[in-house]
Formats: sequence, C-alpha cells, structure tokens
Amino acid sequence: MIQLFKKFGWYGLALLIVGVGTALVTALLMNISDRKKESKNPYVRLVEVTEEDTDPAKWGTNWPKEYDSYKLTAQTTRTRFGGHGGSEAMPQEKMDRDPWFKRMFLGYAFSIDYRDRRGHAHMLEDQESTQRLTKPQTGSCLHCHASVMPLYRKLGDGDAARGLEASYKYSYQDLNKMLHESGHGHPVSCVDCHDPKSMHLRVTRPGFIQGIQRLAASDAPVPHLPSVQRWREGKKKNPYDPNNDASQSEMRSFVCGQCHVEYYCSSKQPLTFPWGKGLKAENIEAFWNESKFPDGTPFYDFKHAESGAPLLKAQHPEFELWSQGIHARSGVSCADCHMPYMRDGAAKVSDHWVRSPLLNINRACQTCHHFSEEEIKARVDVIQERNHDLLERAAAALMAQLDAIQKAK
Amino acid sequence: MGVKRRFLFYILIGMAGLLLGLGAFTFHYAEGFAYFSKDPRACMNCHIMKPQFDSWQKSSHHGAAVCVDCHLPHGFIQKYIAKADNGYRHSKGFTFQDFHEPIMITPGNARILQENCIRCHGPLVHNLAPVTVKASRAVACVHCHSSAGHGDVAGLGRAYKDFKKGE
Repeated sequence: MIQLFKKFGWYGLALLIVGVGTALVTALLMNISDRKKESKNPYVRLVEVTEEDTDPAKWGTNWPKEYDSYKLTAQTTRTRFGGHGGSEAMPQEKMDRDPWFKRMFLGYAFSIDYRDRRGHAHMLEDQESTQRLTKPQTGSCLHCHASVMPLYRKLGDGDAARGLEASYKYSYQDLNKMLHESGHGHPVSCVDCHDPKSMHLRVTRPGFIQGIQRLAASDAPVPHLPSVQRWREGKKKNPYDPNNDASQSEMRSFVCGQCHVEYYCSSKQPLTFPWGKGLKAENIEAFWNESKFPDGTPFYDFKHAESGAPLLKAQHPEFELWSQGIHARSGVSCADCHMPYMRDGAAKVSDHWVRSPLLNINRACQTCHHFSEEEIKARVDVIQERNHDLLERAAAALMAQLDAIQKAK
Repeated sequence: MGVKRRFLFYILIGMAGLLLGLGAFTFHYAEGFAYFSKDPRACMNCHIMKPQFDSWQKSSHHGAAVCVDCHLPHGFIQKYIAKADNGYRHSKGFTFQDFHEPIMITPGNARILQENCIRCHGPLVHNLAPVTVKASRAVACVHCHSSAGHGDVAGLGRAYKDFKKGE
C-alpha cells in the first residue's frame, strides 16, 4: 500500500478510493435489484401441480420457502406445558408422567397408549405406530392424519363426501394400505389447504364442510364468523359454502378447523362434527346427547371399564376453544399466531412451521402486543400454570370419584 | 514518470465518471427522488412498510394526513434531519437485513408523532394533554388511539375481515 502510494502518488490513492466506491455502489445496486425481484415474483411455477399431487416435495419445487418451513414441523419443539418431551424417536407417554390419564380412559384405546404430540410431519407415522392399533380402529382416522382426498374421491366415485361416508366401514389397516398403494401415503400436505390452480386457501375435508354447514343452519351466535352471519341474513339459496362465502381471514382458521376439533371418529357411523347446536362445550354435549347411532342406541364414545358409565371424550377442540376467546372476537385467526407472516428479503411468507406462538413470540405476538418478549412470556406462563393446576385438581377429583364408586360397588 | 502519471490521471477521470454515473443510476433505480416528496408510496419503496401503508388506507386519518404529516417534524431543518436519520437507519437495516421484527417506533420518532398529534388536535385536548411532550411519563395519544393512523392492527390481514375473498 505504502509502496503503491510512493510509486503512483495521490493519483494512485484516489484511484483506489474511487475503485472501492464503485464496487460498493455496484453491490448496493445488485442488492436493490434482488429485493425488487423478490417483491415482484412471489413464486415461479416450475412444475404443474394438480388435485392428485399429495406429495409436498413436488409443490416444494414451486414454493421452496413455504416447503422449507413445512419440513421443519419434523423438528422437536417444547414449551413448558406442551410439546414433545421424549426421545428423538418416540414422544413421552403422557400416562407415565400423569398416571391418572390411564385410569380415566380405562375401557378406551387411549388407556393403552397416549403420548405427547409431535409436529405435522409425523402425523401419519405416529398414527401407524401407536399401540392403540392393537384394538380394532376405523378408517375414519385417516380423515385427519393423511392427505386423503384422492382416496375419498376414489371411494365415492368422484364424490369425496360419499367417500368419507364409506370410509368408516374399513378397518384402519385396510384403508391405510389402500392409501399407500394409491401413492398418497403423505401426512397433511399443501393440496389439503391450497387450491392447486390459484393457491387460494380452501377447505377440502368433508367432515368440516358438513359440520360448518350444520353450524350455519343453526341459530347459535357466531360473532367471530361474520360470513356465517351474512349467509344467515341472506337468501340461503345454497348451503353455506366456506370456500365461497368466507373471508381470507376466516379461511386462515377454517383450514385448521378441518382437524383441530371435536368429532366422532369410530366404527359405528361416519365421522361427525357435532356443531348443530353451536360450538360451546354445552352445545356439543347437548348435540351428542340427542344423537343416536344408526342402530338406534344412544350415542356415547366409550364405556368406562371401572364405573360402567357411558362417556363422551372431547378429542382436540382447538377450533371450538378459539371460537370462545378474545382473539377470535378480535378477528385474529389461527394462522396469525401459529403460522405468522415472516419476511424473507422483500417477500412476505406465511411461516409453514406450524408451532406454538411461544416459540416465535416476536412474529406471533408482538405485531399486536407491544411489550417485551419476557413480559409476554411471563403473562402466558401465569395463565397456563393456572389452567394446568385446574386440570390437576379436576383429575384428583375424578380419581376420588372413581374410588368412591369402587367402594360403593 | 510524467507519462505514467498522466495516464493514471485519465484512468482516474474515467473511473470517477463511471462512479458518478453508476451512483446516479442507483439513486434513480432506488427511487431516491421519491424521498424528497410527501407521497406515502415512497415509504413502502423498500416493501417493509407495506402493511403499515395498507392499514393507513383503512384508517380514519386516511383522508386527513399522509405518513409525513404524523411521522416527521414540520420545521424545514428538523424535517430534513429526521429524514436523514430515518433514511440512514432504514437503508442500513434493509440492506444488511439486521433489524428487529415486527418493526417498532423509536423513542425519538414517538416524540415526533406525539408532537404532531398535538399540532392538529391541541385546541381540543389542551386541557388534558401535557403541553410539552417532554413532560416525562406522559401517556402518548396513540397508547389508546392506536388505530387512528393505521386502522386495526397492521400486518394481520385484519383490514380485510369484512370483505369476501378476492374483492
């Protein structure tokens, strides 16, 4: 450098500065150009995808950012009260941690095997390997554990709703075999929530479509679903159709509500969403209490082996629970917190790594709640701890009740 | 030596010209002149503030104020100091992609914002608002009126709630 200066003097130094400056300006120009390109083309359709393409890898060619984050659902995630507490291979048995689960479910397959949850990527293999399959299980279960729509259309001669009606008569093993043989052995994938032509959100699951139509036809208040209210006030020429009537914001919850709900899923009748009287726990209980199986006997989920009582078991009513909360009333959808928008360069992408908002507080919460991460986490912790304590107390009361029944017998 | 030096001089002139041209083009390509205007679209040139722009269009202040009316001081000198300060931070942040998300207003800019609330609404609120913003721990107007400038919460697609898909 000094030698260079000595040899060429000020001109050399100036030349060096101008050269470096030019390089920096060029780098900036390229950077701006990249960002402009990102914002212009949200995606490039390299391969054609259709209703029959259940393999997410093929869609991943066109939408690599979404696919990359979708693949992350295979990761182990854990929060204080939720998530996957076991080894890499197998989540922990809930019953080992809280033995009352086993006694509560006696007479039901969940007393055999009931583990912590894993992410979307594991839904099919976890279902295929559960010990609950040592008891007869119905094909209905695939409604929510596989990319099952092509199989439903095949079973129903093109009509997926009829396919669902037929599927409960198959054993889980038989229907699962048909699924794999038809090449659709994938967990929930792109085509289940996205229209392959337009990429618009859409619901596909016949169980949900029938359930939400039942809800719309009822007079249960749904202030968090304005499109249902609009449909009720309208001419009602056609049944409520979420794919045409719902707003984008509602669809961002409906796609999740296809599975994260309470339903009947066993071998006596087709899969049923119990929304005919509303979405509250008491509405659902009333719906089931008035339901009868096709053979005319009263509806129940299982008979408790110790007490002999016919029982209802709520499955995983996240959609119903959300419907009662302040977030739903404020127009916040499932995806807003569980799949928040993220920015990749100049492009806006929905995070397809579906997970607890607590693992993504800045994107999931801070868009609305302008507090520090610690503050938000502490608040959630207090609420969750209170709920967890209530759960434990309810469990203790239930065990005491079973003891008393045992004694009386 | 003289020939060599003259040769270097010409190269230098050439390269300086190149830098000037490239710089001018980059400035034009990055829509640099837009930042001297008060056109709200300039604020989403770099895409980050698109949700804020969208939600402003749905807000009550849409007809009354554009971005700079609330977010920049109104004195000429102060305005350009604020423009330079924000411009530097924003271009650095967006080029190196190293800023906190979601974006949040800085304390300095929050003061400017509050001053601008008072600038228009002062006659109405002078009995309840602190006269100077510097009065420490004063509650800012937007603490409660958070949707005045940006409708409902930005970035969540909330603004489309009552519209059908595709409308």
